[in-house]
Amino acid sequence: MKAIEPIEPADTHADERARIASLPIAEFNPADPQWFVDDTAGYVFERLRREDPVHRSRSPVPGIDTYWSVTRYQDIMQVDTSHGVFSSEDGITLMDFPPGDEQKLPMFIAMDPPKHDAQRLAVSPIVAPANLNNWQGLIRERTVKVLDGLPRNETFNWVDLVSIELTTYMLATLFDFPLEDRRLLPHWSDMVTANKLTNPDAPEPEVRMAELRKMLQYFSRLWNERINAPPRTDLISMLAHGPATRNMGPAEFMGNLALLIVGGNDTTRNSMTGGLLALHHHPQEMAKLRANPALIDSLVPEIIRWQTPLAYMRRTALSDAVLGGKQIRKGDKLAMWYLSGNRDESAIPDPNRFIVDRERPRQHLSFGFGIHRCVGNRLAELQLKILWEELLRRFETIEVVGEPTRVRSSFVRGFSHLPVRIPA
Amino acid sequence: MPKVTFNGFGGGTYTVEVPSGTTLMRAATDNRVPGIDGDCGGNCACATCHVYVDTDWCARVGARTATEVEMLNCVTERADNSRLACQITLTDALDGLMVKLPEAQH
Repeated sequence: MKAIEPIEPADTHADERARIASLPIAEFNPADPQWFVDDTAGYVFERLRREDPVHRSRSPVPGIDTYWSVTRYQDIMQVDTSHGVFSSEDGITLMDFPPGDEQKLPMFIAMDPPKHDAQRLAVSPIVAPANLNNWQGLIRERTVKVLDGLPRNETFNWVDLVSIELTTYMLATLFDFPLEDRRLLPHWSDMVTANKLTNPDAPEPEVRMAELRKMLQYFSRLWNERINAPPRTDLISMLAHGPATRNMGPAEFMGNLALLIVGGNDTTRNSMTGGLLALHHHPQEMAKLRANPALIDSLVPEIIRWQTPLAYMRRTALSDAVLGGKQIRKGDKLAMWYLSGNRDESAIPDPNRFIVDRERPRQHLSFGFGIHRCVGNRLAELQLKILWEELLRRFETIEVVGEPTRVRSSFVRGFSHLPVRIPA
Repeated sequence: MPKVTFNGFGGGTYTVEVPSGTTLMRAATDNRVPGIDGDCGGNCACATCHVYVDTDWCARVGARTATEVEMLNCVTERADNSRLACQITLTDALDGLMVKLPEAQH
């Protein structure tokens, strides 16, 4: 094994890295959420990429059990673009539910063509280029309002007052959802991703399903209003009038809502927090950015690479296949660890450095590749771009005054708390 | 050295000359032609090098590949002459090719 070189400049867990380097690799279970709470998953993947890039492991969690970890950029690209061999139909997370279990929600990200293509096309016009131009003014107006209302000279939770607030506004706008009820959206998003088996603090499955039924009820009311009105440009109206989606059953409606809510909420939210934290850990990059705000164009994709708000996507082999020299059997499940591929030095130069003026910053895996590539990617970038334009314009310093609290999940790579202070 | 012309969505014309064997995507990105992103680096996996091939040239650039058809199925502004530039290899036979860029890549 190669000697361990320090990861500069933000290697805050050198002891943990040394400990992980000494563990037997056969026992590595990258899906253990503890790696993500401690933010040490990067050291696990560092070893896997080098020593066993397509790695088979067993999770003690029933429903996850045995799975492959795909950790190198090129292997991830191969799996992501081979949807005829590596299917999404059995779900996008490693957790399996018994057949017919209502907890498994049908949604287009967890479908194969042709049904996937038709449902995706029903919602994708909302984030098409012409519509993005229309959203710009509104996003900026709301961003300005939220930032101008932030406390000064006192410590507050950035996650709550900035990241959740901005992405929740955006989502409410896309759905044309009553703004006064907007905080229901992140609540439901948390319910969708809640998993008692991997997080003891999560609600019981019955509680989770009861909350999701409330979500369905609320949105069914909006659906009924909109199906009886002429087509409009919000997502609910588009689903209610779209030929591929207007006949969805309640479970499928709930599944696609869950997809759009998590997709529009738990991702950009965590890039909004992760970006601030990255710049805090790399003050020289912050200085570059302040000297030349035009670098926001490359800052935004670099933040999305650095954060990788969804750490993996799962696929299931439809036939036997060889990947990275390993024999994959029909029915095996695989996690494409985007978080690992985004740190793969064979694809991304100097991957452990956060560089605001990186060459080719857009060639990261965070949006996935192939037919399931993130449909809202340009909207996510637009929100981050506007946020950083307005932050730089407004605040000379934003002090991160404590350690972040990370979410107990190996799927959503996120934060629940980041204490921040903005001097008056 | 085939020459190719990119016509931007809101005006702006870029003509570049590249070695035979270069893909149309690389012809744009290597010469910093704005409006072609090529996020996946030419793996036909992101549809961010979408172009509209000038109708006179459609037959000469050949047919879409199977993967390209699947990726173009994800594009809302798809037209009959839509292609992904990473799937077109420039040769002397394509010298003078004209393509139009969409409003944006996504």
